[in-house]
Amino acid sequence: MFVSLNWLKQYVDLQGLTPEDLAEKITKTGIEVDSVEAFGEYIEHLVVGYVKECNQHPNADKLSVCQVDVGDETLQIVCGAPNVAEGQKVAVAKPGAVLSGDFKIKQAKLRGEESAGMICSLQELGIDPKNVPKEFEDGIFVFPEDTEVGADANSLLNLDDVILELELTPNRSDALSMMGVAYEVAAILDTPLHFPSEEVAITDEKAHDAISVHVEDAELNPYYGAFVIKNIQVGPSPLWMRNHLISAGIRPINNVVDITNYVLLEYGQPLHAFDYDRFGSKQVVTRPAKDGETITTLDDEERTLSSDQLVITNGKEPVAIAGVMGGADSEVQEDTTSIILEAAYFNPQAVRDAAKEHGLRSEASVRFEKGVDPDRVKRAGLRACQLLVEYAGGEVLDGVVEYDELNYQEEQITITTSRMNHVLGTQLKNEDIKDILRKLQFDYSQDGETFIVSAPTRRQDIVIVEDMVEEIARMYGYDNLPYTMPEGASKAGGLTTHQALRRKVRSYLEGSGLSEAITYSLTTEERANMLVSPDIEGEHTRPVHLALPMSEEHSHLRLSMIPELLTSASYNIARKQKDIAFYEIGSVYVTEESVLTSQPQEQERLAGVLTGSWLTHPWQQEKKNVDFFVVKGILEGLFTFLDLSENVRFKQATMKGMHPGQTAEVVLNDQSIGYVGQVHPSLQKQFDLKGTYVYDLNLQAVLDTVTKEENYTPIPRHPSVSRDIALVVDEQVKAGDLQNTILATGQPLVQHVLVFDLYQGEHLPEGKKSLAFTLRYLDPNRTLTDQEVEETHNAILEQVKTTYQAELRG
Amino acid sequence: MKERLLELKQEALDKVTAAEDVKGLQEVRVQYLGKKGPITEVLRGMGKLPAEERPVIGQLANDVREEISNAIETKQTKLEEQALEKQLAEETIDVTLPGRPAPSGGRHLLTSIIEEIEDLFIGMGFEVAEGPEVESDYYNFEALNLPKGHPARDMQDSFYITEEILMRTHTSPVQARTMEKHEGKGPVKVICPGKVYRRDTDDATHSHQFTQIEGLLVDEHVRMSDLKGVLNEFAKQMFGEDREIRLRPSFFPFTEPSVEMDISCKMCGGEGCSVCKGTGWIEILGAGMVHPNVLQMAGYDPEKYTGFAFGMGPERIAMLKYGIDDIRHFYTNDIRFLNQFHKA
Repeated sequence: MFVSLNWLKQYVDLQGLTPEDLAEKITKTGIEVDSVEAFGEYIEHLVVGYVKECNQHPNADKLSVCQVDVGDETLQIVCGAPNVAEGQKVAVAKPGAVLSGDFKIKQAKLRGEESAGMICSLQELGIDPKNVPKEFEDGIFVFPEDTEVGADANSLLNLDDVILELELTPNRSDALSMMGVAYEVAAILDTPLHFPSEEVAITDEKAHDAISVHVEDAELNPYYGAFVIKNIQVGPSPLWMRNHLISAGIRPINNVVDITNYVLLEYGQPLHAFDYDRFGSKQVVTRPAKDGETITTLDDEERTLSSDQLVITNGKEPVAIAGVMGGADSEVQEDTTSIILEAAYFNPQAVRDAAKEHGLRSEASVRFEKGVDPDRVKRAGLRACQLLVEYAGGEVLDGVVEYDELNYQEEQITITTSRMNHVLGTQLKNEDIKDILRKLQFDYSQDGETFIVSAPTRRQDIVIVEDMVEEIARMYGYDNLPYTMPEGASKAGGLTTHQALRRKVRSYLEGSGLSEAITYSLTTEERANMLVSPDIEGEHTRPVHLALPMSEEHSHLRLSMIPELLTSASYNIARKQKDIAFYEIGSVYVTEESVLTSQPQEQERLAGVLTGSWLTHPWQQEKKNVDFFVVKGILEGLFTFLDLSENVRFKQATMKGMHPGQTAEVVLNDQSIGYVGQVHPSLQKQFDLKGTYVYDLNLQAVLDTVTKEENYTPIPRHPSVSRDIALVVDEQVKAGDLQNTILATGQPLVQHVLVFDLYQGEHLPEGKKSLAFTLRYLDPNRTLTDQEVEETHNAILEQVKTTYQAELRG
Repeated sequence: MKERLLELKQEALDKVTAAEDVKGLQEVRVQYLGKKGPITEVLRGMGKLPAEERPVIGQLANDVREEISNAIETKQTKLEEQALEKQLAEETIDVTLPGRPAPSGGRHLLTSIIEEIEDLFIGMGFEVAEGPEVESDYYNFEALNLPKGHPARDMQDSFYITEEILMRTHTSPVQARTMEKHEGKGPVKVICPGKVYRRDTDDATHSHQFTQIEGLLVDEHVRMSDLKGVLNEFAKQMFGEDREIRLRPSFFPFTEPSVEMDISCKMCGGEGCSVCKGTGWIEILGAGMVHPNVLQMAGYDPEKYTGFAFGMGPERIAMLKYGIDDIRHFYTNDIRFLNQFHKA
């Protein structure tokens, strides 16, 4: 909402406040002022001139040489505007004037003729071209005939105005009118209001003889008032009205249309004028549209209607989409002499739906959508009639023909001073409340500390006690509210076990060299189905898709974070950032339903991508690229950190999109929880990646398994014994299986088994490999004897021989 | 004999002095102090001496031995020190060469900001509550006083999945769920961080996915001045002791009264500059007293209970704090961006 301060001043004394100070007060009290802008720039030496003579320029077809009386002198001015003519009153920038864009006006010769100034168009004076009336679009602006010659043109053109742009929240639709803003400002400044009267001179002729009104659906259209005005002369509206419209961003058209728009801005009540003679009947019938019915609207578009939209008809066909736009056939034109003026209350929802459906959000529909002030509907009509009499020569027929089922009343809200103080933490007195209600101009009755407040109909946002709490609070001033801390029973805050553990996991991963990434949950359909972990992937698992995505790029909910992480890796590599080590903790959204009937299961997962070099120390010739074991090592470290290393196994696996030989399923207590491995080279290629490894784990399941060990294990006082063995086995035998067998057989004395060598090649038969282990034997309670160690050692060798045909390497 | 001993001593001491390494010194030791050495030999010939001279010569011989032995010890220590010095000198490295890098990762700026805010409110007795990102229309809108057809639903165009299920547009549904869990009893004191989604086209200032942190306190006697006190505490801890706050009236369907909180501009200290668009204030968060309809729907008696709620955007806070100019940086994962915030 644009508020012209010159206009506002007509209703309320602004007490000489600067526009900035006023804006600050309005913002702090309730309505955010988005900007304070000078409407135009004050131009020195800009006056009204009278074109006494206008002759063709001797040397230029398109120029005229004018003699212009500017009050104290007559200037010869060369003018290029096609519409310049003798007898016009025009805006003259005299030599010395500076127009916007630092355009200085000087005495000059134009094609051999002296020119002492410039006759200006509105655009040249800084008016937004879209608000310039059509008649002056391609030429100079012409003042009304009665304008005083030599007068300062700045104020006549409202160039000294300042415009506040209000950012209205949905509840403050009362400020969609100049009167509403005036109420607000008067309350803030505690000054009286001066509003125009709505008195209208009427003729003897009865309106109900000229027109009838029928409403079919009271819910869609609870009030319809029709005024009839005859003998209208369509022409330009007065300059001050045009200025006000332009300052509000509305282009002046003609006096009839301008008056309806002016009252819309003044009262917040949209009005519509139909040409009485072109209306097509003498009855106004409002009804729901018929499906498929059409109307050609003012913008010359043919629109197809549907039954949830309200239309105004002449009994036969639609003449307007209620509250949205009028029809072309009954539009007010140059030769219009009689009009039907509509002042109505339309159902907000119906207007909103229709405006949305037709893509027509207008000044009118915006106000109907929010619900107009029922008290001002008819009054706005009267105000328009008054202006039509004054500025369009109209004669208003006696009476308003109306349908009225509006039945509105003011909301009665009971408040008490103590409740206000209880909720706000203030120490207001009854007097303070009274004072605020007076400033707001709310009627009330008082009984001690109890006030029964009548919320005025213009403030439809005030319905319940809390709305009054807000009114009192904002008028009292939030700056005046004390600072207190909550008094209730307090207990220590904190994180849940899960939240605290998750933070520890982050710290561990970051200490291991991973950087946290955050990717989008919404992805493409293809990526939503890519690299889904085997513990999620089921026959019926499918990604959730949006009903109305903005783009294919963000249309489906992910089942894995990996594809978007690969995209991030790829983004970095394209920018020469080649070493990537990411982790992300986030949700995936699992369902088996193709059409959701319940929310998907959201599973918290830990995933990541690593590629490039893992470690480089060039001058010492150290360089290690990321490989499977770098990634596995980080995960093993994590499980050790969480004391789960004994519960986790890595199992050779194959899965779509992953390297068939370098992928492991991660198993926690016999339950699959994710995978780790190299991305399949052909899929890597799609992302322009090489040597890229990923992991994806069900973090929820991992953290749920963590149990906090609270017992201390004493440090053994007896030394452990280490023994190395090298075993020759078939190359298919897994090191992990051998290790497990050794550990299981060696219990309880074998505490730890470590692979220290893998060998394949010379001195070994084809298809065989040698794996070497260090076994650590320990009994915490005593020193082990060689014999004890030997016995266990032999048992182990026996067992691996039986199970894996493992031979000691000679 | 005495002369012989003194002669031997001088000879040995000269050799000790002349010895250049431990090995040479060892030879001196063997030569003079060994069992076959000249001093032993002298001692062996003592039987020929008169009885009264024997102890004198014996004493002298012992003294000579000891003197030589001491000289060898001293020299040995010196030689060893020299050898070590030489070795260490050879081991000298260029300490200005770069070290082997230790693994270095770090947290995403948004997570850091969220955790900082979490910790700040935990310090004021809040707990952290989380909830689903795919929400029911009921918890996302209806339970928050936004019935179907409410005009304020225009403000947050949403990603619907079905008519009843959508991507949550704010973290407020977690508040509704938390209240419901408390079954009409207070106090409820939570902050709710998380991802939210809106139907926006991504550009420098809009993102279809972003994060929010909301807070809620419901109890029997919660005042609006408490909201002001708590937010003031938050603003000072988060943005600096010298920051001022102000509350301005605003509108949210789930709070009444509703306010927006500004903090005084850090750049100009309130004078007005380009960062604060000349106002001296920067909008940080929205807040208000929980709407009675919201309390009621969650099972609280609004006559008995009051509450406050607030919500803010970690992206906005990060952008203000670090002067970041494009919200998309948070989701592109450019490591040149991420690394900048991996510092203490």
